[in-house]
Amino acid sequence: MFAYIVRRLLYAVPILIGVNLVTFGLFFVVNSPDDMARMQLGVKRVTPEAIERWKAERGYDRPLFFNAKAAGSGQVTDTIFFQKSLRMFAFDFGRADDGRDIAQEMRDRMGPSLALALPTFVMGLFASISFALILVFFRASYLDFWGVVLCVAMMSISSLFYIIGGQWLVSKLWALVPISGYAPGLDAWRFLVLPVAISVIAGVGSNARWYRTIFLEEVSRDYVRTARAKGLSERVVLFRHVLKNAMIPILTGVVVVIPLLFMGSLLVESFFGIPGLGSYTIDAINAQDFAVVRAMVFIGSVLYIVGLILTDISYTLVDPRVRLE
Amino acid sequence: MFRRICLLLLPCLLLPACGSVWNDPYPAAEQGQNIMYSAFTDRPKHLDPVQSYSEDEATFLYQIYEPPLQYHYLKRPYTLVPGSAAAMPEVRRYDDAGRELPATAPASQVAKSVYEIRIRPGVLYQPHPALARRADGTLRYAELRAEDLKGVRGVGDFAETGTRELEAGDFVHQIKRLAHPRLHSPIFELIADYLPGLKTLQSALAEEAARNSGWIDLERHAVPGVEVVDRYTYRITLKGAYPQFLYWLSMPFFAPVPPEADRFYGQPGMAERNLTLDWWPIGTGPYMLAENNPNARMVLARNPNFRGEAYPCEGEHGDREAGLLDDCGKTMPFVDEVVFTREREGIPYWNKFLQGYYDASGVSSDNFDQAVTMTSQGDVTLSDEMRAQGIRLLTSVSPSIFYLGFNVLDNVLGGGESAEGQTRARKLRQAISIALDMDEFISIFLNGRGVVAMHPIPPGIFGAREGEAGINPVVYEWRDGRPVRRSREVARRLLAEAGYPDGRDAKTGEPLILNLDTTPGGLGDKARSDWLAKQFRELGVQFVVRATDYNRFQDKIREGNAQMFFFGWNADYPDPENMLFLLHGAQAKVKESGQNAANYVNPEYDRLFEKMKSMPDGPERQAVIDRMVAILQQDAPWIFGFHPKAYSLQHAWVLNRKTGSMVRNTLKYQRIDLGRRDAARAQWNRPIVWPLGLLAVLVVAALAPAFVHYRRRERATAVGGRG
Repeated sequence: MFAYIVRRLLYAVPILIGVNLVTFGLFFVVNSPDDMARMQLGVKRVTPEAIERWKAERGYDRPLFFNAKAAGSGQVTDTIFFQKSLRMFAFDFGRADDGRDIAQEMRDRMGPSLALALPTFVMGLFASISFALILVFFRASYLDFWGVVLCVAMMSISSLFYIIGGQWLVSKLWALVPISGYAPGLDAWRFLVLPVAISVIAGVGSNARWYRTIFLEEVSRDYVRTARAKGLSERVVLFRHVLKNAMIPILTGVVVVIPLLFMGSLLVESFFGIPGLGSYTIDAINAQDFAVVRAMVFIGSVLYIVGLILTDISYTLVDPRVRLE
Repeated sequence: MFRRICLLLLPCLLLPACGSVWNDPYPAAEQGQNIMYSAFTDRPKHLDPVQSYSEDEATFLYQIYEPPLQYHYLKRPYTLVPGSAAAMPEVRRYDDAGRELPATAPASQVAKSVYEIRIRPGVLYQPHPALARRADGTLRYAELRAEDLKGVRGVGDFAETGTRELEAGDFVHQIKRLAHPRLHSPIFELIADYLPGLKTLQSALAEEAARNSGWIDLERHAVPGVEVVDRYTYRITLKGAYPQFLYWLSMPFFAPVPPEADRFYGQPGMAERNLTLDWWPIGTGPYMLAENNPNARMVLARNPNFRGEAYPCEGEHGDREAGLLDDCGKTMPFVDEVVFTREREGIPYWNKFLQGYYDASGVSSDNFDQAVTMTSQGDVTLSDEMRAQGIRLLTSVSPSIFYLGFNVLDNVLGGGESAEGQTRARKLRQAISIALDMDEFISIFLNGRGVVAMHPIPPGIFGAREGEAGINPVVYEWRDGRPVRRSREVARRLLAEAGYPDGRDAKTGEPLILNLDTTPGGLGDKARSDWLAKQFRELGVQFVVRATDYNRFQDKIREGNAQMFFFGWNADYPDPENMLFLLHGAQAKVKESGQNAANYVNPEYDRLFEKMKSMPDGPERQAVIDRMVAILQQDAPWIFGFHPKAYSLQHAWVLNRKTGSMVRNTLKYQRIDLGRRDAARAQWNRPIVWPLGLLAVLVVAALAPAFVHYRRRERATAVGGRG
């Protein structure tokens, strides 16, 4: 398994270079270094000299990919792409265009993002799987039918509706929890209870339907019939045997997102005033801050690759037949 | 079973009786404290006073720093009064031969203007580690090592703080910072035109910055034209006459910064921890930044070393009746702390204001109908719901303008080089100015929150005339005591005279197509475009929206490739020069990289502008402005759009609040009636818990048949009977 992981990590290097290249290309198709300077310096009273000074100070006065004026390897290394990409592979993200340390900013924002995403993930998973198993237990009954109708209805409603409706109902009308905000430490629960509940409810419809499909496929297998034939209760059949054997498709969708929980949720964090990472990339795109954009895309890619490797490892844990070679 | 459910629900039913508020977003420790609560949407980009140039940053910066001058809080028109200066600066003007000139001397004779500024003695800086000293007088944190900074995240993590008296040298130090090549002050070029010594200093600093990547000691450099006279006096010598310089002296660009702060923040390891002057300001103002988490909240706390300042005893007509003079002579600031919470979305912001958790709020389009009602006479009043909550509405016309610019470099709208072409183009611009009904635009798209602009100068600024004398005679006529927009017939006639009868080129018969260059907007953008297209259709002109991203739009403007465009300008200071320069030839965007995006050039206007800009306010200046305005109205390089009207709501417990965009150091004047706020919050936010009980009952009701079904199935035998 160790060799497999090392091989996968080595595969990740060209993937990350490719992602970096694409991010760089896309960003500079839309924004030129002059645009970035203007965004930082403001449109009011900014002079061409000030723009040149800003670019020179931050290394944006070089060519993008190829420096014809440089000699030897400098033609490649004395470029914006090379200079801005190399340190990132050592996880040195440098400073944002406003001068603030990106790694520090990420560390500050990661906590609130996790405080929201982790309970949402765990409770959402538990609620969806439980609901799906209940539907499977009552399959082909009116409970199953109305349960599926409920799922379809829930997944058809925009998450924005859940958020605004939830805030209005629970925080404004019933005055039970704060509408938005955040507090560090244990006091955070007051601010998290509503966004977590809303996120779980908003996600349960589609997830439960997906898990129900997986479980229904599983309950028609021979080993389930055998389990029933030897007199096991339906509860034991579902929770002990079906759930365990349905783990592979569940893990495929679930484990890969675990590392990405660090990245936060844009919509929920925005509406509930949670100072997480969710909006960091969007804010950076709006501010044309390439340093932050490439750092966030890079971190996202790394976490996604880690998620895929973890998914593969998790297969070996739930299915002894799987071997990573 | 029923008894068990009742027992479970009992605490829920009893909880409201406790009377506590559950949805309070602030820590319990803050309850009853003398704290003002506000919100911000965009995180401030810069808090360094040489860099900051936006309104969101001003909200914080103007409370922390004390420039030499400030605007009187209550007087209108805006009046400058001393801030950290002991008195208004003494201004002496000299000719080429060094002879002193009288104040009435024309600007053309003035070779240099000398501003001597005497500051208040005894003013102290806020407590700050940069000013902490050891017993021997040396700076406590001037030579920090990497290990000294372990665990340090903010200035509050340093064990010791210190202060010292404000000196004239601190003002000079800040002026030097304007030229710092790493700080990119947005006003450097503008000020350097009048203070050429800044350019000399910048060259020297740039050389040093190239050699030295660390802290640059500005004390080793001098800025020609700026000198310390004595401990409490400094002198600035400007090239020529620039009376508007006094307004710049009311901005943080000229606020004092102690050299110790630059030295402190310039140490290795500081910037990596976001310990910079751009993040942690140090000032002498009434407040200091106690918490800086721009993702969540920023807190301004009372500066314990603030000298204290008396609340003004004079104001404009109506201020006394409005209770704005009740605190006359009392020592400010009144509020101990101001907490700003970041609210990215308008809905939670608005709801929290209605719950009493924000003391004031703006009025956005989303909540306009809930907040405000229009009377049949077109007047704006608060809605019944707002009145019932004791909310008050404050309105004021902002010193800003939003206009539709015509790029006169465009052949169709500018007419090219020939006089005949230019005359035709002018008539075309006049026709469009009449056809685009800005009154309707304001009514439809701004809910009436704007005043039609007759020329570039907003109401309340010297030079803006009211009544019949103030109308744009090309677009309006004065009828029955009010301005009436000229008819579309007049526009059509002008269009025909321009060579486009019924919107077609008289020579070729081709339809006239005009393009609006813009950036894609959000909701309502399509509606605005449709409305504009309809207005042009009335003239028979085809209208095309050319939407591009922001960067390409800016490129088009810079290169002169745009045809028509919407632009705006927020006045830096209340002087007509700061509005009329937007159409000065020397500011042409394409040729001079200036602010004149229409690229309009009129030699007479330019000559009058040069004359007007250094004249003192008075009938003579008004006459020059009147002529300039008349030229603009005839030439119509813009459709003079509208001056936005700021609507602000405040709860009844907020006292001494007066709107006025120029006055930005407003927090020290405001007071909170804490008892009233606490009572209102408790009344408006009583938790309602019965829905939780109902929810539990519903869950039980939903699960019960499932449970029964489960039990029945588990007990069933293979043949269908019960086991």
